[in-house]
Amino acid sequence: MVDVEVSLRVDGTDHRLTVDTRTSVLDALRERLGNTSPKKGCDHGQCGACTVLLDGRRVNSCLALAVAHDGATVVTAAGLAPAGQLHPMQACFIRHDAFQCGYCTPGQIVSAVAMLAEAAAGWPSAVTADGAGRGGGAVVLDDDEIRERMSGNLCRCAAYANIVPAVAEMARR
Amino acid sequence: MTITPRAMGVAVDRFDGAAKVRGEARYAYEQPVDRPLYLYPLTAAVATGRIADIDCGAASAEPGVVAVLTYRNATRTAAIEDGELRILQSDEVAFRGQFIGGVVAETSEIARHAVSLVRVDYEERPHDVELREGRGDLRVPREVQPIFPMDTAEGDVDAALASAPVRVDQTYTTAWNNHNPIEPHTTIATWTGDRFTFYLSTQGVNGIQAAVAALFELGPDRVRVISPYVGGAFGSKARPHADVVLAALAARLVPDRPVKFALTRQQMFSQVGYRPPTVQRVRLGADAGGRLVALAHESIEPTSKLQEFAEHSTRATPTMYAAPNRRTRQRLAALDVPTPTIMRAPGEASGMFALESAMDEMAIACGLDPIEFRIRNDAQRHPHFGLPFSSRNLVACLREGARRFGWDGRDPTPGIRRTAGWLVGTGVAAATYPVLRLPGSMATIRVGPDERYTVLIAAADIGTGTWTALSQVAADALGVRVEQIDLRIGDTAYPKASNEGGSSGITSWGSAICEAADRLRDELARHGGAVPADGLEVTAAMPENPHISRYAMHAFGAQFAEVRVHAEIGEVRVRRQLGVFAVGRVVNPKTARSQLLGGMTMGLSMALHEQSVFDPRFAQVVTQDLATYHIASNADVGAVEVHWIDEDDPYVNPMGTKGVGEIGIVGAAAAIANAVHHATGVRVRDLPITLDKLLPAA
Ligand code: FES
Ligand code: FES
Repeated sequence: MVDVEVSLRVDGTDHRLTVDTRTSVLDALRERLGNTSPKKGCDHGQCGACTVLLDGRRVNSCLALAVAHDGATVVTAAGLAPAGQLHPMQACFIRHDAFQCGYCTPGQIVSAVAMLAEAAAGWPSAVTADGAGRGGGAVVLDDDEIRERMSGNLCRCAAYANIVPAVAEMARR
Repeated sequence: MTITPRAMGVAVDRFDGAAKVRGEARYAYEQPVDRPLYLYPLTAAVATGRIADIDCGAASAEPGVVAVLTYRNATRTAAIEDGELRILQSDEVAFRGQFIGGVVAETSEIARHAVSLVRVDYEERPHDVELREGRGDLRVPREVQPIFPMDTAEGDVDAALASAPVRVDQTYTTAWNNHNPIEPHTTIATWTGDRFTFYLSTQGVNGIQAAVAALFELGPDRVRVISPYVGGAFGSKARPHADVVLAALAARLVPDRPVKFALTRQQMFSQVGYRPPTVQRVRLGADAGGRLVALAHESIEPTSKLQEFAEHSTRATPTMYAAPNRRTRQRLAALDVPTPTIMRAPGEASGMFALESAMDEMAIACGLDPIEFRIRNDAQRHPHFGLPFSSRNLVACLREGARRFGWDGRDPTPGIRRTAGWLVGTGVAAATYPVLRLPGSMATIRVGPDERYTVLIAAADIGTGTWTALSQVAADALGVRVEQIDLRIGDTAYPKASNEGGSSGITSWGSAICEAADRLRDELARHGGAVPADGLEVTAAMPENPHISRYAMHAFGAQFAEVRVHAEIGEVRVRRQLGVFAVGRVVNPKTARSQLLGGMTMGLSMALHEQSVFDPRFAQVVTQDLATYHIASNADVGAVEVHWIDEDDPYVNPMGTKGVGEIGIVGAAAAIANAVHHATGVRVRDLPITLDKLLPAA
């Protein structure tokens, strides 16, 4: 067992903590910093419940070791909007009842927020028509694009048919 | 008596929505506790046998390890009947993966590593895991719900089949399915002085309390179970499983320190039950006019040697169709496998895949439209009980669904619609689920002079929307605004509640709340209609329903699906699903729709994806993760439409509700299989419908 010190900026607050080199970013957040907004569904990159923004990009935080991200900035679903407020994506999820148990939901929402930025930046997905999005143009997010780009976040309550219109509403704004 | 809907029927956003979308609703494992320890389990590496030796030396010596738990130092628990819970009581191993110990350490990383240092030697015995019709030891299971007998018989099925002009005789199989809620089973267990406190992810805090109290021979008042939010369950969190016992045994070794225990996704495949695979034979006989004269449905399934569980796959059959000669038969084989359990619509989900596939085959054999064929055979009275239905709107669901789906003018010829390399087809199936009420719920209502009503009941919200819907029920029961209700659930400190299971939650808990509201009204009247300065409090139990012996109570539905099957590679895509349900009153149209939608999508997942592949050589599921056990992802799901018909049923309970948690999955897989047949001409009778089964079509 080897302990190392790392710095993490989480939802706007700086933390310095000592972690086991085996500790994932997810466990550092949940077990060490008490931020349980990202969830643990599988602990090996297959469900997306642990999705956070790590230095601005969506990642499965269960697959990232804390020791490898010294100095990183992390945003969880709890940090998307100031305390007590909702990010517009979160409001869309509530309006469309895009969840039931809520356990996949923080991950879905962080993922959706990042995904809109990816599409706006012109990143193609597996269902993007050839040529679209290249050359800096934004990808238009139709339902199939949303479904494809949100498929890294499993929802066993199967709220998918509500998640798609929730995200589509945000994409139209 | 029936309550007047004011709050009920209004589509309200989930009360716990804001907490959930920010991730601030704290699930069991996330409850703040002081100086926690972490438990990682040691699991059996043989299918059956005994532990010859365990060497814990290296694990115990690891810095940060606080205790190593084995059968040698575990608390002796009482010899309760449920063998699944009797872990660490001897050197015996009952199935591969069974808990045989664990390490408790200061961090989860240390605990997990230290478990790998424990050396176990086994004496292995041969295992018996084969499910087949010819086994000499198949047995009739005990009833799951007392009113539904495991075997039923009416008339002379064999003679009627022999003389029927049109016959179907087919065998259908369903796969081993695992619930896989996204929140794994999690526990924080603390043993302090002479009592346990648990934070736990469960469908029923009182069931956990009773099991722990029995095992450790404690009064129930010495076991507190708290479960405010549950990250999905679908049946796996209904009964207590061995994970709770392991956490409790660990907590006994380290008094005053909370022990945190979360199953890994891999362990979820052997520890918390599963929907057992079924082999079902359905025989139908019809006359020349398309009327059923005989109906026989038989199912065999595995259970474990530790504890019996039966997926009552034939349960719905005597409810569905009028056939003068009927027979249902359930048989179980007890094997060296983990114990199966209830999973969303236990019985109906599997059984209605078989029956509704067979009905489609029979409609085709009779040359009838499958909707018309079902309508012709609709039952007016319950075929088995002989009782009238409290309400039965199967035909209305089929007709309404046909209209909305655009069924009219459908050409029944299979395999002839092709667009851009895809074969297109549509299918229909019926759905049903009984209106169940589970015994034992009580509710307390307190009111203060400020006219705020606190409603206490140890009910659960597993994502179903209980927090919201039960508040709506309470508001109407009391005749007040929903904003005046302060609902408290998920804690054994509140009056006892039945499990959230079998779509019985609103029926059972709501009936108790209505009864308490009646009493409160009486109390108020005694106080001249004004709340006294120190408030009022009443407690009431769920009353008997006098109509139960006079009516058969069931929800019905119709499921439609449109599929495309790739003509060359056999890939199946479900472009749309449409369901119409007759489920009595809908308390919260928003959350109820989500439940039905979730059920239909889980039905799609059952139809196309889900199969825990069991390797008989090693007696274990080998697909122990979410990559190899695929559940429907966003991209697998097309358009899903959910509708219900207005149904006013004054007999089921004071709310007029029938439950919506299960019926969404019932028949969904059959509708998809029937659509696949319509698209390709290939009848797939074995779930899941994977590409290989369709290759001959391509
Ligand atoms: S917990 Fe990280 S992907 Fe599942
Ligand atoms: S809301 Fe329950 S898993 Fe998505």
